[in-house]
Amino acid sequence: MLSIKELRASVEDKEILQGITLNVKPGEIHAIMGPNGSGKSTLGYALSGRPGYEVTAGSVTYDGKDLLAMEPEIRAREGLFLAFQYPVEIPGVSNMEFLKASVDAIREHRGLEALDTVAFMKLAREKSASLGMDTAFLKRGVNEGFSGGEKKRNEILQMMLLEPKLAVLDETDSGLDIDALQVVAAGINALRSEQRSFIVVTHYQRLLNFIVPDYVHVLAGGRIVKSGGKELALELDDKGYGWIEKEVA
Amino acid sequence: MSVIEPSEFMPGVFSQANAARLARQASALPWLAEQRKAALDKWLDTPWPTRKTEDWKYTSLDALVQGDYSRFSDATDAAIPASLYTIDGLSANRLVFVNGHLATELCAGVDLTSSSAGDTNDAAIVRFSNATAEQRELIQQHLGSSASLESNPFTALNAGWLEDGVLFHVPKQINVHKPLHVVNVTTAAAQPFSVRQRLLVVLESGSAATVIEHFVSTEEQQCSFVNGVTELQVGAGAQLNHYRLHLEEEHTIHIGGVYVQLQRDARLESFLLGLGSLLKRIDLRVQHQGPGSHCQLNGVYLPKGRQHIDIHSTIEHEAPNGTTDEIFRGIIDDHAIAVFNGRIHIHPHAQKTVAELSNKNLLLTNTAEINTKPELEIYADDVRCAHGATVSQIEEQALYYMESRGIDRQEAEVMLSFGFINEVLNQRRLEPVRGLLRPVLATWFGRDSALTRHIE
Repeated sequence: MLSIKELRASVEDKEILQGITLNVKPGEIHAIMGPNGSGKSTLGYALSGRPGYEVTAGSVTYDGKDLLAMEPEIRAREGLFLAFQYPVEIPGVSNMEFLKASVDAIREHRGLEALDTVAFMKLAREKSASLGMDTAFLKRGVNEGFSGGEKKRNEILQMMLLEPKLAVLDETDSGLDIDALQVVAAGINALRSEQRSFIVVTHYQRLLNFIVPDYVHVLAGGRIVKSGGKELALELDDKGYGWIEKEVA
Repeated sequence: MSVIEPSEFMPGVFSQANAARLARQASALPWLAEQRKAALDKWLDTPWPTRKTEDWKYTSLDALVQGDYSRFSDATDAAIPASLYTIDGLSANRLVFVNGHLATELCAGVDLTSSSAGDTNDAAIVRFSNATAEQRELIQQHLGSSASLESNPFTALNAGWLEDGVLFHVPKQINVHKPLHVVNVTTAAAQPFSVRQRLLVVLESGSAATVIEHFVSTEEQQCSFVNGVTELQVGAGAQLNHYRLHLEEEHTIHIGGVYVQLQRDARLESFLLGLGSLLKRIDLRVQHQGPGSHCQLNGVYLPKGRQHIDIHSTIEHEAPNGTTDEIFRGIIDDHAIAVFNGRIHIHPHAQKTVAELSNKNLLLTNTAEINTKPELEIYADDVRCAHGATVSQIEEQALYYMESRGIDRQEAEVMLSFGFINEVLNQRRLEPVRGLLRPVLATWFGRDSALTRHIE
């Protein structure tokens, strides 16, 4: 599904990722944990093709294709989804219109017929209700004036509608209270399948109580310094990140 | 026709070439001769505005000077497609002027040959030249009271070369359901020519009406100079819903304005849409003369290419408890230039005024230019007044966010640009007007017609 080899990436000439290697197979959930500033978000941005995040070395093969050669919108259409840590507000563009435009683009790319507006609106309302979102949010500008938690739900709503093959969730748990976290986790778990993979980026182990990963990787200083099973997350929660940083130093 | 030197332009339009015509005009409306003479004198006395004139700092009149606009058009025989002067789904009383001449066969619902439209209880739509004695009195009373000769030299010009005009009179307590739709079409011509247009709307107390002013042109290759002045008198407790749609093409010049006087508890909702052209300058002036009047002034301007558009708005709060809610948005593309000057003047007696002005601009290129200047002058101490102007570019963050959801860049740009003005458009009450603007905006934004689905 995804094969990252020795990936190096810089932001404003500062090297953030210093050689990441990671393999994700269909259906797997990989958690990436690490202290602040370790490069977790940069990994997500580099995979999705954010301008300013320059890949300087290494390769990323996705579904047998060179991911890094694709424009961001092509990556999305090929089934890569990044749930943003800080979703962008777009006043004036209604959430519904935004969702429809993205679903249209992705369906067209997959050779599927476009959903008619009525059917789409019904689907969007159902999915948002399942996330405990008031349907009023569909009419508002994209993320405009949404609270932190509402923005995160909106990211998951987009993921549900776009049905990606590989979802990268960047600190989706931050800013969520425990109830919201459970709702969002249930939404994510409902999408789990043998074909769909997840990379769950988080600072805390809390989310992983609800979304149980197959693998846990610790990112520090732009490298994966330790990998293990789900028990590694518990250990990190218990001991913090200090011991790992010492261990690899 | 003699050719005049640019430097002689001002006297030139009233030169020998036009003397005969002016004389004819004088005989056409002798009862306005005095007003016209005063306006003409004012125009001839006013120094030609240059970039050193504060009100014209960012707008050069070179384009006007370079063409010889001293003629008026005689041609009314051009074939005008109905799509230009009709609005789908709108049932309106329609007046169509082609190059300044009334095109009777294109009008609808209005009998202009009769001086009184029904009995005296009814609203009247009448040309000045057909006005009854009572209507003449009304015209003499109101004409030029809001569009004062001092306001702008081109207002004086308009009054000075006034040949005819249209009066829309709504008596007390009458609610006119059908909008008045006044279309001014300019057509292509071999030589430059001028068009003057004058509309006077008088809403008496407690009445209500809708007026749509609609400026269009037949093809791109234009060499017309339209000088359109509209006066809106909104009486006590009366309500006016007003649109001014400037959809003229590239090579037209329009210098004109809308001048409003609001009496006690009067309400005005006004919306302006300005596509750019060679030179466009619109003055909007609203006087709150009676207490408790309300004005909602909204607008959108969209110049591109090498177009120029200049909007000067002035709100005069002369009485207490008035409210003004003014929102203008501009999207400036390519090498275009936009000017927005928004002045709010709160007079000493205008206590409890609440006035807000917001002007936001989106520059699509780094060669596009906006000159925005809010001006507040407050002489009363118990008022709430806010203003703000912003200039921004399409946010890379937002573009990337949309791309990361599979939306391509071009489509994202259209959505973001349209989103920028959508809020102002959506507030418009008349669905047919929104319907008219959709394809216009689609053409403006959409290099790809598939993208127009976002224009809703």
